Amino acid sequence: MGQVFSRPERIKIYFKEFTKEVEKLGVNSIGIVVLISLFIGAVIAVQIKLNIESPWMPRWTVGYVTREILVLEFSSAIMCLILAGKVGSNIASEIGTMRVTQQIDALETMGINSACFLILPKIAALMIFIPLLVTFGIAAGILGAYATCWFGHIMTTADLEAGIQYEFKEWYIWCSFIKSIFFAFIIASVSAFFGYTVKGGSNEVGKASTDSVVCCSVLILFSDLILTEVLMG
Amino acid sequence: MIEVKNLHKSFDGKNVLNDISATFKDGITNLIIGQSGSGKTVFMKCIVGLLTPDNGELLYDGRNILGMGKNEKKELRKEMGMIFQSAALFDSMTVFENVTFPLQMFSNMTLREQIRRALFCLERVNLLDAKNKYPGEISGGMQKRVAIARAISLKPKYLFCDEPNSGLDPKTSLVIDDLIHSITQEYNMTTIINTHDMNSVMGIGENIIYLFNGNKEWEGNKEEIFNVDNKNLNDFIFASDLFRKVKKIEEGESHNE
Repeated sequence: MGQVFSRPERIKIYFKEFTKEVEKLGVNSIGIVVLISLFIGAVIAVQIKLNIESPWMPRWTVGYVTREILVLEFSSAIMCLILAGKVGSNIASEIGTMRVTQQIDALETMGINSACFLILPKIAALMIFIPLLVTFGIAAGILGAYATCWFGHIMTTADLEAGIQYEFKEWYIWCSFIKSIFFAFIIASVSAFFGYTVKGGSNEVGKASTDSVVCCSVLILFSDLILTEVLMG
Repeated sequence: MIEVKNLHKSFDGKNVLNDISATFKDGITNLIIGQSGSGKTVFMKCIVGLLTPDNGELLYDGRNILGMGKNEKKELRKEMGMIFQSAALFDSMTVFENVTFPLQMFSNMTLREQIRRALFCLERVNLLDAKNKYPGEISGGMQKRVAIARAISLKPKYLFCDEPNSGLDPKTSLVIDDLIHSITQEYNMTTIINTHDMNSVMGIGENIIYLFNGNKEWEGNKEEIFNVDNKNLNDFIFASDLFRKVKKIEEGESHNE
């Protein structure tokens, strides 16, 4: 870790790598984040409507609960679990392949701090871009919930809207951002560690990729519990 | 010039290199030969600094790399170029970007100078046409030539080649050998090549070190190698029928004279 956070040799080159990683890890994840959020938002709205429909319940409950689930858990923790699979395995297998094909040795021979050069731009890119993915996730989820009103006619959009706006706390959005930044650090650093320490061939790279996803998922769930307690307890 | 003095390296108590001393001179191609598992790659990795030996001294023109601090070592590494067995080109970069990468990282050249230097290096290895291709789009021989271009881009003092001919056909191997040999003379570099290719030995073996089970068993040149009284070395050389025949022809010629 000390090697990763040491001073970069040439800031300009590192910035170039950083922008590449933003595109590869962040921008290229927007599609899957939006798609999953859209459907999850719709499913949450339908499930809530089906399960708590009662004359005693206010009509805005569906919108309210959907928003709380999307903002507090889905957009940060669940989305990062999905990203651990997509981005985490990508990082572990990319760095692992570089290790077994001697590309990391080539960097070291040139006198480049390979850990810093390969890992730091990835950590920075994911940590900086993840709040944007969270925002996309929340927006797409709410759009999905609206879609159930427009196309499924399970309730009126006015009821959903009232619920979504009911007792809105801005702090919850910030909690989601803070949590996701922690999770982004876990995904990038843990996956990079598994990839960087690979020894052997393609089998080991595959194993490192799988192990990184499992380890990231467990750490995300564990830290979600602690962060939720710290930020909202 | 690189001097290795009493180098010793072991892994988990198993000796891989035993008390090896050698001198690698400038401007000639120095070859380290031996069977697979004889310790050639470990020896080279120790010299380059990718592995730390247990004992011994490694002097780069009098500078002991083992006594150096992190920054000194980093500076020394800028004087090294290395060609790996697998070429080790960066997959995500084009051929041109691979060659300019060391220049961008370490030189104080302007962008125009960097481009000019990279194009010169690519022209030197006859690969100007492939400059916009990715490593995955070119052949193994071309990858090795790009690796050579990348290694010489910063005009290194020391060039290391780990089995540069592995996986290449004999004709391409000759091209690579000639290229390394001519570049060594051109830049007056200290070049060390790890190989078990006897064609390379006979072609460019100006100084040869033979390793067997981690021990240095013989040192000489390509003219002397056929007449050495060492069973292990003879087993290695004459494992191929071709070189047995070459020796017979040579013996026949000298008998006729």
